[in-house]
Amino acid sequence: MKRHRLALFALVAVSVLAVAACGSSSKKSSSTGTNGSATTGSSNVSGKISIVGVWTGDEQKHFQAVLNGFKAKYPKVKVTYRSTGDNTPTVLSTAVQGGNPPDLASVSQPGLVTDFQKKGALKPMDFARSTVLANYPADIEKLGEIGGHLYGLIIKAANKSTVWYNVKSYTDAGVKAPSTWDQFIKDAGTLKASGSPAYSIGGADGWTLTDLFENIYLRQAGPAKYDQLSKHTIKWTDPSVVTALKTMGQVLGDSSNIAGGTSGALQTDFPTSVSNVFSAKPKAAQVIEGDFVPGVVASSNPLKPVSGYNVFPFPAIGSSGSNVVEGGGDELMMFRDTPAIRALVSYLATGEAQTIWAKLGGYSAPAKTVPASAYPDAITRTTATAIGKAKTFRFDLSDLQPASFGGTVGQGEFKIFQDFLKTPSNATGIAQSLESAAAKAYASGK
Amino acid sequence: MEPPPAAAPPAPPSANVFRRNAVAIGFLAPAAILLGVWIVYPTVFTIVRSFFGPQGFGDFKGIDNYKAIFTTHLLLTAIKNSAIWIAVAPAVVTAIGLIFAVLTERIRWAVAFKTVVFMPMAISLFATGVIWHVMYIKDPGQGAVNAGIGAVKSWFTSAGVLQDGAPSTPTITGSVAKGFVLQKPLAAGGVAELGLTGIPPDAVPAAAKQAVVPQTKPGAIEGVVWRDFSPGGGKAGKVENQELGLPGVSLALYDSSGKKVQSAKSNDDGTFAFDGVSGSGYKVGVASSTFAAPYGGVSWLGSKLITPAIIIAYIWVWAGFAMVVIGAGLAAISRDVLEAARTDGASEWQVFRRVTVPLLAPVLSVVFITMLINVLKVFDVVISIAPGSTQSDAAVIAVQMWRQSFGGVNNFGLGSAIAVFLFVLVVPVLMLNIRRFRREV
Repeated sequence: MKRHRLALFALVAVSVLAVAACGSSSKKSSSTGTNGSATTGSSNVSGKISIVGVWTGDEQKHFQAVLNGFKAKYPKVKVTYRSTGDNTPTVLSTAVQGGNPPDLASVSQPGLVTDFQKKGALKPMDFARSTVLANYPADIEKLGEIGGHLYGLIIKAANKSTVWYNVKSYTDAGVKAPSTWDQFIKDAGTLKASGSPAYSIGGADGWTLTDLFENIYLRQAGPAKYDQLSKHTIKWTDPSVVTALKTMGQVLGDSSNIAGGTSGALQTDFPTSVSNVFSAKPKAAQVIEGDFVPGVVASSNPLKPVSGYNVFPFPAIGSSGSNVVEGGGDELMMFRDTPAIRALVSYLATGEAQTIWAKLGGYSAPAKTVPASAYPDAITRTTATAIGKAKTFRFDLSDLQPASFGGTVGQGEFKIFQDFLKTPSNATGIAQSLESAAAKAYASGK
Repeated sequence: MEPPPAAAPPAPPSANVFRRNAVAIGFLAPAAILLGVWIVYPTVFTIVRSFFGPQGFGDFKGIDNYKAIFTTHLLLTAIKNSAIWIAVAPAVVTAIGLIFAVLTERIRWAVAFKTVVFMPMAISLFATGVIWHVMYIKDPGQGAVNAGIGAVKSWFTSAGVLQDGAPSTPTITGSVAKGFVLQKPLAAGGVAELGLTGIPPDAVPAAAKQAVVPQTKPGAIEGVVWRDFSPGGGKAGKVENQELGLPGVSLALYDSSGKKVQSAKSNDDGTFAFDGVSGSGYKVGVASSTFAAPYGGVSWLGSKLITPAIIIAYIWVWAGFAMVVIGAGLAAISRDVLEAARTDGASEWQVFRRVTVPLLAPVLSVVFITMLINVLKVFDVVISIAPGSTQSDAAVIAVQMWRQSFGGVNNFGLGSAIAVFLFVLVVPVLMLNIRRFRREV
């Protein structure tokens, strides 16, 4: 009978505990591999470069085309790109810990660059700064700086300050793409009167709501406050946050102007919120999300670009001006320093290299030197050139928060903004909930 | 066990003992190593880890993680939900299993019935969750459950000419459900202008023509009901060019006491007339029967219904298991006992209540306890059915254990503490089960 007991305990113990056991979070930093001898190179650079990155499929093919452009200039340098897809953070962490990182890597998580920099695994790219500044908007260059040195370089940018609309709904209502927030809200009322709810909101995914808030906050409170809030040096109970929440309430508060009403929106996931608009019989006129929206319905989209669906930049609020972009991007970081690698990094930062990629489609260049004509279609031209033109460019704020506050389903920002969608009149209470959740997340140090 | 072979040659006692031990150790080693690696080490590690914070072993927290379980709102919700699960799911699964098992003994097509009920067991719980998530979607155009309810409802409600609408000016009050009333009092010879918005252009009946404001007519109240919207918004409350009348709208005339005195239907240009009216103080309204607002659906995945909704899906899966096990127990009951009871004049209910159920008690308790342990560990159906907005309302202990460690928060200390807490909850059930095993052997 002893054996029975043991076996039973064993079984349950396995199922209950085995999972939790892998949770060791202690990671040792380690040496960062060999240092390439950094001799000053000229036109005659040679060597081998390995790159690891998130781009797969078409993106990988297109990036390869960019690399081919490099090969034409530096025939003696052999560059190999390996795609690690979504596993890139894991692959890189393991490689760095094992002392054998690739020469260059591209990641979509800005936090990773900071992590590796802290561990001393990265080499600064200050040599490329002049090239970058000549090609990039200053704000995008700054995103890669840590302690005054350039450690990250955005190679592929994403624009989250876009609003996508159904052209027929807009024509029926007799409204045009608005450029100011007041006009945007007024048009929403007109859309409702025309019989089409103005907004489709993917409230089941909390990040669509944080994106909306961040777009409003960046414009209304300004980039300085945005930076402070993202570092939690001002509290979420700050009057600027409450004001932004009230502005956001103009959208969320009008339940009859949201597809499915507020309770329906809470159960609408992001892909559905897109297909609500991208449909011959739309359930709503517009959806507020980033440049990746059409990709979500790529295979099932009955509408044609421009004539069926279209896009406009997130409207200006107050005196914010229109060249404000909240976004993200894939950052390049450098683990070794050789003349060949330097040549490649400098090359990738040029408008010339990025134009190759832009022409192939599915790409937004961070470089302002990429001409608008390089983009293959009108839609990408709108969303992508906004990035190069940006006077203010900021990373998605929730992505810069501790994961328990800014990135976990069912708690933190996601949950609290969903509560806000439920009770849009309660801006002050929501600000307080956000502050207490943020304070807790920052206190626990992660 | 067979007795050891007697033909073994006698050997010196010490060497013999050593050799026998070596063999025993050799046989035990694989099991011991597996137990050590997969059970003892993780258990000890988890317990130790639960006293440390998110940063790792440098970050000693004492019992703070355990305190957090009982002070954090999210985790208390999970504990409350687990309590609901434990109270409801095992009992209902066992009861339904019993009912199905007894029924299948008496119906034709029993095998077909059993197969259908047992079928969900063949689907992975995660897939079950995805299926039920889709079925529970609020929009009846997508969710099968609400589509069914909507279909039944539509038998009892008549179809209106319009689906939705809203007043264009504040002089008109009311709602789609109650109908709208123009608050301006009218006397005989008056004209009522009822502008409605919020009507999509393709929802306007095809017969509609340009709206016209009728001329005043003595001894009658006339009016027009129209889609008060032209591209860009138009002027609210004013009939403009390109604005269509709404045909077939049911209108009502109320006297000064609010009593309905006449009704009418609008023409293709939206005009209508109430004849033979004298005096004043009348009001004109749009009857609610004009509108057949589409059925909005029950919010199964909303914060209030999410836990019951998930439990229903879970019961759907496990009822088949309970039925098969209880059915096997039922087959083992001696028919003689049942016959004897019937001969003694017991009714079918008495036979079931006094004979079948007591004889089945051991089987029922096996099913019940198995379900109890299962329910404590429930995870995949919750994760896959609840949308992001109600994940925290639906979460149970096992879900939060994952969420706090791997599911985004990365606080492995808290996750470990929840794992230990869950383990402690399972222990009494295990004891119960072990005691039962003992009694049986």
